Amino acid sequence: MAKIHLKMTVNGRAVEALAEPRLLLIHFLREELGLTGPHIGCDTSHCGACTVDLNGQSVKSCTMFAVQANGAQILTIEGLADPGGTLHPLQEAFREHHGLQCGFCTPGMITRAYRLLQENPNPSEAEIRMGISGNLCRCTGYQNIAKAIHAAAERMNAAKEAAE
Amino acid sequence: MLAVGALVTQRQLIADALLAAKCPIIAEASRQIADPQVRALGTLGGNVANGDPGNDMPAVMMALDAHYRVRGPGGERDIAAREFYQGPFATALAANEILTAIRIPNPAPGHGYAYEKQKRKVGDYATAAAAVILMIAQGKCTAAAVGLTNVAGTPLFAPAAGQALVGTSVDGTAIVAAVREATGIAQPAADGRGPADFRIHVLGVMVERAIRRARERVA
Repeated sequence: MAKIHLKMTVNGRAVEALAEPRLLLIHFLREELGLTGPHIGCDTSHCGACTVDLNGQSVKSCTMFAVQANGAQILTIEGLADPGGTLHPLQEAFREHHGLQCGFCTPGMITRAYRLLQENPNPSEAEIRMGISGNLCRCTGYQNIAKAIHAAAERMNAAKEAAE
Repeated sequence: MLAVGALVTQRQLIADALLAAKCPIIAEASRQIADPQVRALGTLGGNVANGDPGNDMPAVMMALDAHYRVRGPGGERDIAAREFYQGPFATALAANEILTAIRIPNPAPGHGYAYEKQKRKVGDYATAAAAVILMIAQGKCTAAAVGLTNVAGTPLFAPAAGQALVGTSVDGTAIVAAVREATGIAQPAADGRGPADFRIHVLGVMVERAIRRARERVA
């Protein structure tokens, strides 16, 4: 199958590559770009461990082809901390509030939470839980994940108010 | 006629003001499909053309009497949703055809609607689900259509269930009759969602709730 020339921006950096039409975006990110933060957890589009932020939407990268991301702006977990290494408030909150155990769901969970808070900066607990309903966690029972997301939202909103 | 492109995503359907005003059952069903990430990419065309008896939109489209516009080397044709589904993952779409649009006759202003879906957890396929569209004038039902999700090898249109409501005040007796007609054609697979008779029972509950909710919503 002839490869297709792709150009996209991933975590702020311009990327150019050749990809077969059938190559899934998750495989492109992990194997072509070496971004192994997004994980493959299920092969059925249920678990959300592969979640990335694409053109301002949370998507499951296992459910699209790399060629569908041509021209796109993509953010993965690797792009969340600032270049100096300071953790994003979500990453900090997951650490403080024990929002992970094995960590396998965590990159997708945090990437999803990032977009959730962009769209809804002050979610209720119910909105958080519905908002992350595409991300499965086998370890934590979600309690500390919801707490971490809530704490991150509070901190981000306080910082926004302080800046205004 | 409302025409929706095959590539419109569930998320776009939920956000659309025209659909919210003219055909709100679509967004109600979309909200119950999968999860935010899947809804960002999943399309109406995919959901109706896939042929999975668990897909939600076919029952909705059957209740709306929608037609699917399809294109192939020979040109275009319209296929009624009510005639499209042949078996699990088998539809009337030929191998050299693609679905380009879903065409929905404008539901009458003030129509009642509901999509009731029981599932084990958020994001799951239906244990059983029912789509109901109905019209009431001067206290009597003048039209009713019922579609059923995931209770057979294909989505089901239940014409006798709708007929059981027409001419009635959609009272308890009529609802019992409609539920009996709907459950009578259901042949759900026994799976992790439950044994067949349990799923038929749940279907009956979904049909009743959908009829009651649709009746409440009649303007």
